[in-house]
Amino acid sequence: MATVHIPTPMREATNGAARVEIEGATVREVVERLEASYPGLGGRLVEDGQLRPGLSAFVDGANVGRRLRTRLQPESELFFVEALGGG
Amino acid sequence: MAVDTRVGQTIKHHDEEYKVIGTRPIRHDGLEKVTGEARYGSDINLPGQLHGKVLRSPHAHARIVSIDTSRAEALDGVRAVITSAAFPDPGDKLTGGGEAPGLPLKFKSANMLARGKVHYHGHAIAAVAAANPHVAAEALKLIDVEYEVLDPVLEVWDAMKPDAPVIIEDLYTAKADGTTAEEPSNVAAEMLYEVGDVDAGFAEADLVVDREFTFGVVHQGYIETHNATAHWLKDGHLHVWCSSQGAFTIRQELADLLDHPITKIHVVPMEIGGGFGGKTTAYLEPLAALLSRQTGHPIKMAMDRADVLKATGPTPGGYVRVKLGVTNDGMITAGYANLAFDAGGYPGSVVGAGCRCVFAPYNMPNAKVEGFDVVVNKPKTHAYRAPGATHAEFASETVVDEICRTLDIDPVEFRLQNSAKEGDWQLAMPPYPRIGHIECMEAARDSAQWQTPLETAPGKKRGRGIASGFWFNIGFTSSVTAKLNSDGSVTLLEGSTDIGGTRTSIAMQFAETLGIPVEDVDPIVADTDSVGQTDVTGGSRVTFATGLAAHNAANDMKDQIVEGLADLWDVAADSITHADGTFSANGNSATVGEAAGLLEEEGVFPIGKNTVTPTREGGAFAVHIADVEVDDETGKVEVLRYTAVQDAGVAIYPPYVEGQMQGGVVQGVGWALNEEYVYDDDGHLLNASLLDYRMPTALDVPNIETIIVEVPNPGHPYGVRGVGEVPIVPPPAAMANAIHDATGVRMSHLPMSPARVQAALAAEA
Repeated sequence: MATVHIPTPMREATNGAARVEIEGATVREVVERLEASYPGLGGRLVEDGQLRPGLSAFVDGANVGRRLRTRLQPESELFFVEALGGG
Repeated sequence: MAVDTRVGQTIKHHDEEYKVIGTRPIRHDGLEKVTGEARYGSDINLPGQLHGKVLRSPHAHARIVSIDTSRAEALDGVRAVITSAAFPDPGDKLTGGGEAPGLPLKFKSANMLARGKVHYHGHAIAAVAAANPHVAAEALKLIDVEYEVLDPVLEVWDAMKPDAPVIIEDLYTAKADGTTAEEPSNVAAEMLYEVGDVDAGFAEADLVVDREFTFGVVHQGYIETHNATAHWLKDGHLHVWCSSQGAFTIRQELADLLDHPITKIHVVPMEIGGGFGGKTTAYLEPLAALLSRQTGHPIKMAMDRADVLKATGPTPGGYVRVKLGVTNDGMITAGYANLAFDAGGYPGSVVGAGCRCVFAPYNMPNAKVEGFDVVVNKPKTHAYRAPGATHAEFASETVVDEICRTLDIDPVEFRLQNSAKEGDWQLAMPPYPRIGHIECMEAARDSAQWQTPLETAPGKKRGRGIASGFWFNIGFTSSVTAKLNSDGSVTLLEGSTDIGGTRTSIAMQFAETLGIPVEDVDPIVADTDSVGQTDVTGGSRVTFATGLAAHNAANDMKDQIVEGLADLWDVAADSITHADGTFSANGNSATVGEAAGLLEEEGVFPIGKNTVTPTREGGAFAVHIADVEVDDETGKVEVLRYTAVQDAGVAIYPPYVEGQMQGGVVQGVGWALNEEYVYDDDGHLLNASLLDYRMPTALDVPNIETIIVEVPNPGHPYGVRGVGEVPIVPPPAAMANAIHDATGVRMSHLPMSPARVQAALAAEA
């Protein structure tokens, strides 16, 4: 099962849990199952079938941006992070 | 004082040896830059060209009651006048790619030409095209604008009050919990990041230090002012030449703002005279395009210095509170920070990045950080080298220094024992990969400056300070296309505007991979029609990401050469080896140059290409040491000696790394001691010139000693980390800590100008 790290402001949906474990072969599948398990959470992450603008997903330390098709390993660690720019 | 003025020390934490990487060749663009042959935006002149000028608001906050352009249009030589009505209705669209995707397009559009209200002094209201710049300037005086002047709100702490004038009447706070505020306000967004149990962490602390800091608005201070030339052809093709950190970003913005097909927009990046984050967005390009469409002529526009300071995107002022808890033996138990940055006239400050950098150098088990993006009546703010990090880490590194003083702990040892390292937490991010903060701190500790006692002088107040800094670096997308010429040379097209000497660092990576001298590679910054998607030059990404694309393109070319030689030599491709630039198999061998000649005869011309979106950016740390002397009569601070230590991963072209480090220090010293926008109570910018906006000169800084630390980034084949931004982060804190060492006074506002230092000294007395 992938471990999903829940951004602080969204932990109300997970009853305060900072991490949850979810089955899923891709980032998209995990998000869909998050929504099923914690109603409202998936909608905070995805809009119109895409990761919300300004968010990036990190899978096992790799910044995969908004690529929801990214495949996960059984022990994958998944973070959703605000995208950064720079000067 | 015996000063070691060395530049060029490198401390390696790897065993890799390279033939090209790490050498110091002559830069490819050096001769044309020093001889004046390099072409900048203002060098563009087209047949039939007209000139554009912009009318700007004299008020910081006002409703536009009416605009009458008829007198201007009637002036002889005027060809067109546009207002915001010339822009398509942005509706509910969001901005596309580029620096900050996902913000409402209506704000960007209204920042091009004010729509209904002006949000800051200098806000563009109308633009004129005329036969020459003088007629255009005269025409601006004939545009009649009726304003209803409103009370401005200039500072975040005022803008956040419940009774503050609301600048954007339909702006509802995007709250951290995902809800939206029911009443409009100036707070565009709230952020919250938390790890561990911050209350329990503070309960464990023997000492808690809680301090507040404030900041003025600072400009990036690039020397070349913004300019753009646009030609909208009758068939709808739009050609733009401009000074920008990202041609593809400008193309996307033009497509969004003008609702024009991206395939019909062609942007040519000219050489750029500095950007530092301030040229990551469009200002003049859409206006020149619209004026060109209306007149049928090319339009050339350029800002003067006052326009740049008033109306482009400086980096925010604001407020930071930092609270740290530690045990008596100097272990951090908890941290809390609250950051409120001014976004300027429209939402979208860099506060989020500041939040995530504020405690980045430390392994902190318990932390909570809150951020607020606040609209005020100042120009829409933008990135400036490591955006948000300098503010945040000025505050946290000053508090760290106070803790060290209070507990009588060596500031280097404190930082070493609390340092973040591989596997430690990052706020709201995956754990750190291999990073080099400890190695940088050790290099600082062992440096000539730290090992040399500060020389005292009778009657002089002198002090030494040290501070750490962190910036993430970013990846985004980069492309390279490389053509092998028949003589073995390579023409390398890349899409990254070269603001820091990156042509050479990209060419060096290509040359290393293919096994040819870097002098055989001719790197060219290509336009948007000539190379694949390449995102903005920013976030310290170019040598990392475009360098990776060059490495991949070299491998692609290598594969094509191998395929061609296999056919020629009648051997299997996998039997051909490549070493030191020579291909060998079955008694045959050919250098790259020889292979190019052989393949030409066969009609084969290899083209290596790659587009890459790297996923493992390496964060960058820096540690700086400042020695200062404070004049207790005038409050003037003189920098006596300065050492900058930085983890570059692997320094591809060390002179540019050292240049970035030194340049970052100079800008950081300016931010620390002098630079600040000065407004009157009505929101008028009072120092819109470089006479009054005081940037450092060569007379204000000593030689800056550099130590490059190489802890390779595991996410890049050559270990590259971005180097362009983090060197601006530590200087203000290092300077503030040095001022305290000299005087016993803690400074809590940037800049620490002579007047503020003098006032602080007087208050302390």
